[in-house]
Amino acid sequence: MEVVDDPAIVCTTVQKEFVLRHTRSLKEALIWIVKGRKGDLSKKFDALQDVSFTVARGETVALLGLNGSGKSTLLKLISGVLQPDKGSLLTKGRIAGLIEVGAGFHHDLSGRDNVYLNGAILGMSESTIDEMFDSIVDFAEIGEFIDTEVKFYSSGMYLRLAFSIAVHTDPEIFLVDEILAVGDEPFQRKCLAKIKELAAAGKTLLVVSHDLDLVSTVCERGILLEHGQLIADGPVADVVSELRRRSRADE
Amino acid sequence: MPPGRGRGLRDVLRDRFLLKLLVRKEIRVRYRGSVLGLMWSYLKPLLQFAVYFVALGIFLNLQGSTPNYAIYLFSGIVLINFFTEALGNATRSIVENRDLIRKIYLPRELFPVAAVWVSAVHFFPQLVVLMGACLIVGWAPSVLQIAALVVAFLLVAVLATGLGLLFGAVNVYFRDSENIVDMILMIVTWASPVLYVWSMVEDVLGEWFFLYQLNPMTVAVELFHWVFWYPTLDAAELAAAPMPPDLLTLWTPIALALTVLIMFLGQITFRRLSANFAQEL
Repeated sequence: MEVVDDPAIVCTTVQKEFVLRHTRSLKEALIWIVKGRKGDLSKKFDALQDVSFTVARGETVALLGLNGSGKSTLLKLISGVLQPDKGSLLTKGRIAGLIEVGAGFHHDLSGRDNVYLNGAILGMSESTIDEMFDSIVDFAEIGEFIDTEVKFYSSGMYLRLAFSIAVHTDPEIFLVDEILAVGDEPFQRKCLAKIKELAAAGKTLLVVSHDLDLVSTVCERGILLEHGQLIADGPVADVVSELRRRSRADE
Repeated sequence: MPPGRGRGLRDVLRDRFLLKLLVRKEIRVRYRGSVLGLMWSYLKPLLQFAVYFVALGIFLNLQGSTPNYAIYLFSGIVLINFFTEALGNATRSIVENRDLIRKIYLPRELFPVAAVWVSAVHFFPQLVVLMGACLIVGWAPSVLQIAALVVAFLLVAVLATGLGLLFGAVNVYFRDSENIVDMILMIVTWASPVLYVWSMVEDVLGEWFFLYQLNPMTVAVELFHWVFWYPTLDAAELAAAPMPPDLLTLWTPIALALTVLIMFLGQITFRRLSANFAQEL
C-alpha cells in the first residue's frame, strides 16, 4: 500500500462480519445453551474482507460496486456507526455523513427545531447553528414553512432541508450515500454544484452512487468492491469501465 | 483517530448542547396532541396518591398510627415515581432511538442520560407541590435537611442512570430486559418504606434489617421522610416516630457508594455492548 503524506482515512485489512441472529429472546438462548449448543442460533456472513486503502486529504473517491458489495457497510465503519471486527480504521478530522439524510429528524418538531437538533447531532455547536441558520433555510428553499412541523413537509422539502443542514456542518471528511437522488432536477444540480464546491475547497469526499456517469464527473479516484472484497482501485474512469465490464460478464 | 470510540459518560458532559436539545425534544413530543399537556405529569401522581391514601390511609387506617400520613405517603411516592419513570425510559431509550443509532454516530450514553433528565423535569413540579403541602402544615427544614434533599435526588438520579445504562444496553440484545425492569419497578414501591413505616420491617426482619437498608432507594425515601415529614411533626409525635438508626452517618454514605458502583458497572457494560448496537438493532 502506498504511503500518503497527509492521510484522511487509513483503512488496514478491515474485516466485518455480520451475524444474523434468529432469536432475541433470552429463553431461547438459554435453551440453546442447556441443549449443548446444538445447531446454529445465528448465521454469519462476511460483509467486508481484508479491505485496505488510504485516502489522502482533499481526495475525492467514488465507492463503486453492485448492491450488497459492502459499500454502505464501509461508509458506516468510517462514520463510526459500526466497528470493524478485525483490522484497523483510522480517520483524521471531523466526519459528516450524508448517509441517511434526515435520520435525526423528528416528525412532530418544526423545521426550526429540527435544524437545531440535526445540526447538533451532526456535531455543530449552538453558535455555529445560529450563525448558519439563515443560510441553511435559504439553501433548502423552505422559506416561511420553517416553523411548520416537518410531518407536513413534502418529501422534497424534507430532503432539501436535511441535505442543507448536512452540507452546512463543514466537516473535513464528507461521506455521501446516494444523496444525488434527492429532489427534483434543479435541486439535484444545486446539490451537485455544492458537492463540487466542497471538493474544490479541499474537503475529502467519499461518494457512493449507482449513477456512474455522475460519479465520474465528481470524483477523481474509484474503489470497486465486490462481495466485500476490494478488487480495483485507481482513476475513476478505469474503475467505472471495470465495473461495467464485470456486470456485463455476469449477464 | 479511530471513529466511533466514545469516552462514555464524559462525552455526554461535552455534548451538553445536544443533550439539552434531546431533552427538549422528548418533552415536546411526550404530550403532543394532548389538551392537558404537561398537566398530566401532575394528574397521574395525584391520582396515584389519592388511591393509596384512600386504600391504605383510610381503609387500613395507617393514618391513625402515622401522623401526617398524607405527607409521609406523598414524599415517598414522588421520589419513587421519579425512579420508575427514569429507569423505565432509560431502559427503552436505546431501542426507541434505533433509527438514529443505526445511521449516525453520536455518544450513545446521551439517550439514557436524556431519559433520566426528562424524568427529572417531570419530577420538579411534583416536588414543588410537595413543598407547598408541607409549608401549609408548618414545614421548616434545616440547612442539613435541604442538603439531604439534594443527596436523595442525586442518589435516585445516579442509580437510575446506572441501571438504565445496564438494562438499556442489554435490551438491544434481549428484549426480556424491558420486562425484568418492569418487575423491578413493581417491587421498588414496596421494597422501600413508601406506604408503611420502616419500623414495621425491622420488627419482622430483626437482625437482618440491614439487608433492607442496603437498598439505595430505601435510604433515599427515608431521607425524603426526614426532609419533608419529620419537620411537620410535634414533639410527642417525633418521640413515637424515630428515625432509622445511623441513616445519615452510615447508610447514606453506603448508598452513595453503592449507586456510584452501580453506575460504574452500568457504564462498563454499556461501553462493551454499544460497539455492536448499530448492527443488532
